[in-house]
Amino acid sequence: MSEVRGLTRQQMADRVAREFQDGWIVNLGVGIPTMCSNTDIGDCDITYHSENGVIGYGPVAAAGEEDLNLVNAGGQNVTLRPGAAIVHHADSFGVIRGGRIDATVMGAYQVSMTGDFANWKLKGQKGGGIGGAMDLAAGAKRVFIILEHVTRNGVPRLVESCDLPVTARRVVTLVATNCGLFEPTGSGFLLREIAPGLTVDDVRASTGGLLTVSDGLREIDVGATS
Amino acid sequence: MTQKTKLRPSFKDAVADIPDGSTIGIAGFAMPGTPFNLLKALMEHGAKRLILVANTTGGAQQPRMPDIGMLVENGQVAKVICAFTAATRPTDVLPFTKYYESGEVDAELVPQGTLAERLRAAGAGIPAFYTPTAVGTELAAGRETRVIDGREYLLEYALKLDYALVRARTADAAGNLRFHRSQRNFNPVMATAAACTLAEIEEPVLPIGGIDPDDVHVPGIYVHRLVQVPAEPEGIWPTKRQERRR
Repeated sequence: MSEVRGLTRQQMADRVAREFQDGWIVNLGVGIPTMCSNTDIGDCDITYHSENGVIGYGPVAAAGEEDLNLVNAGGQNVTLRPGAAIVHHADSFGVIRGGRIDATVMGAYQVSMTGDFANWKLKGQKGGGIGGAMDLAAGAKRVFIILEHVTRNGVPRLVESCDLPVTARRVVTLVATNCGLFEPTGSGFLLREIAPGLTVDDVRASTGGLLTVSDGLREIDVGATS
Repeated sequence: MTQKTKLRPSFKDAVADIPDGSTIGIAGFAMPGTPFNLLKALMEHGAKRLILVANTTGGAQQPRMPDIGMLVENGQVAKVICAFTAATRPTDVLPFTKYYESGEVDAELVPQGTLAERLRAAGAGIPAFYTPTAVGTELAAGRETRVIDGREYLLEYALKLDYALVRARTADAAGNLRFHRSQRNFNPVMATAAACTLAEIEEPVLPIGGIDPDDVHVPGIYVHRLVQVPAEPEGIWPTKRQERRR
């Protein structure tokens, strides 16, 4: 199998960010999802929520201008946008479970065709790192996942069913990988958009589980990205 | 009747009576709101067989600050109740993890929002509650669930603390607390869940009534001991995180 490259990490984040709608409240996980906040999405007014109770944070603070008592969920020193508010942790997760988060974007090890995903525990690991992922998965209106299409060893991460311990079941609505944009359909993955330079056969060969192709399959627009 | 000040002369004095076997909440999320000075004093105090409750055991970031991992390395900890026994990135290794994997220390892994709500419930007199979080996962295996309005929920119990260690920007001598920015995080729910709350305070502690009642984040009725954080190097303050190179 030839090496599959496709989208960069920022391009994956850009594609997901372009799903955001004006007025949404969005929670970004650590890693690639954080990069969604770099995407130029025009006049879309997005309120970013962080698990530690920051509602309405802005870009990472410039060097020398950090407030060391203001971080996002990844521990980065961020800024506040005008109109921001801060609540304590129980209230912050009240925002999440109360259904106020329009979309959460997270990384994952695996996503299944039924919309399960796994991102807190590796195979054979004792314990793990759950953080706020299970609460976000259970509470957010939409769960978007960004992940590399295959592992470093070439094993598909889009699978029939997760063999890693799941974070939540039947919640994932959209998946962006370096190969394309997918929807778990219950019986497979629907390829909605494909990365430039890849063929459907390339994608199918590196996908575990049935791959169906959208009638309106398009190439992912990477031209207008940041 | 005169209200008495809750200000203590030192961190050592504030933690001196904490007995072995206590359940202690350690507030903080990343650096903000983490009671570094009280943690250090607890390490020097040496209480053992502690059950610690916190978001994470710490130690993934540089520079390393006083954290639960250090108390574990110091042989003081029996169990940690937390949302991370390992770092989010598999490539980051928490100092705590090897003690947990070898069985020297026990842990109870709890989703972060469930942890916060269990503490809130303890402070609010709610013994248990149902949450949608973790339904269908291995954390829910063998546990009580209930279908309400067509959705399955998991039963979770309140989590009471003997002590809470917290950190705030501002306090008055009556123990009223006010936080700055994301310093608030777990601090209020830990204070309300605890029988005894110890608070380290960054700004000079104000006279009683020095915080307007409308501006209080944690009422002084939940706060029992205050200690002023000294300037560096005697006192420990948040530092800028060193970014990882990947």
